[in-house]
Amino acid sequence: MSSKDEAARVAAGAGDRAQVPLWREEVSFRQAEERYVGRRQFGRFLVLTSAAMFAGNVWIWIRSRMRRMAEVAARPIARVGEIPVGGVKPFDFPTANDPCLLIRRGPDEYVAFEQKCTHLSCAVVYSRERDRLECPCHQGYFSATSGAVLQGPPPRPLPRIRLERQGDELVAVGVKTDTEL
Amino acid sequence: MTAGLQFFIDPSRCIGCRSCENACAECETHRGFPMIHVDYIDRPNSIATTPMVCMHCENPTCAQVCPADAIKQNEEGVVLSSLKPRCIACSNCVLACPFGVPKMLTALEQMMKCDMCYDRTSIGKRPMCATVCPSQALAFVSPDEIARQRREVPVNTFRFGAEEVRTKVSMMAPRGVEAVEIDVVDYMWEASS
Repeated sequence: MSSKDEAARVAAGAGDRAQVPLWREEVSFRQAEERYVGRRQFGRFLVLTSAAMFAGNVWIWIRSRMRRMAEVAARPIARVGEIPVGGVKPFDFPTANDPCLLIRRGPDEYVAFEQKCTHLSCAVVYSRERDRLECPCHQGYFSATSGAVLQGPPPRPLPRIRLERQGDELVAVGVKTDTEL
Repeated sequence: MTAGLQFFIDPSRCIGCRSCENACAECETHRGFPMIHVDYIDRPNSIATTPMVCMHCENPTCAQVCPADAIKQNEEGVVLSSLKPRCIACSNCVLACPFGVPKMLTALEQMMKCDMCYDRTSIGKRPMCATVCPSQALAFVSPDEIARQRREVPVNTFRFGAEEVRTKVSMMAPRGVEAVEIDVVDYMWEASS
């Protein structure tokens, strides 16, 4: 078949398709055509879903960038010496929906982490004996030094709260997520 | 499907006995609810009746207007009752059908219609209504047989103004008639009163 014939055939085919609206082609009331998927239809599906996936990923990337760059308001969370060595104090930072734990590991060593497990958001607890944060739901353990995953299903380290000592007060000044560790 | 057999309706043979309606209502898949009906053709002036089964259009309007994609036409051209999980009981099909066939069963919230007794015809039996019709106004026979038995000729093209509807079920019409022309306005209540 010459290319001219081929072009004419394609043009005729395009004309036929133009008469049937796309939605009717996709949702046919004929049982015989209901499950039939043409090559072009399948190609269109692949291209559109890929484009949608790409756009969604770009959107998620932009949002995470914006969240990382957003300035959080520093907030005093505890006074020095308020909790005993090995003790913890829960607090919310940066918003009321982000529960965190302040841990006093040594006489002069304070660390703070987000309390939501990075697996399925259960609340993690501090184990003084083993010096680690433990999630009771699926036995995910995190290092009390860095927040790194020691064991279990959590995919990312616990976000760490950056602390500053201002005179007699401990002030939360920011959140460090895994990519910044 | 019953090989070679077709459905023919002959309004001139209908005696209004409603056997077809009752036979239809006997079916265990929709017991108590006939999926077909007997129409009076011109009630104020005549007692003439006609049985109305689904005409099984080649391009069924009921399926085209269904917003839930609940009405399907199978490979043999039979337009089936609405699919229960999909039907939203909107009655679009009831309003759209040019023959007035689909019935919305409010109690079931589902549209059910004549499916040419698909459970029977698919295993070689004749539709219930055609088996009981005493005057064979509803006949399910081969085209050769209907040509041999009747003076009338089967017609399966209907024109509603500019809209042409071709159907699987044929209507018996006088010789020379190739398409049944129907002016919808003639049948409107305002026009006849």
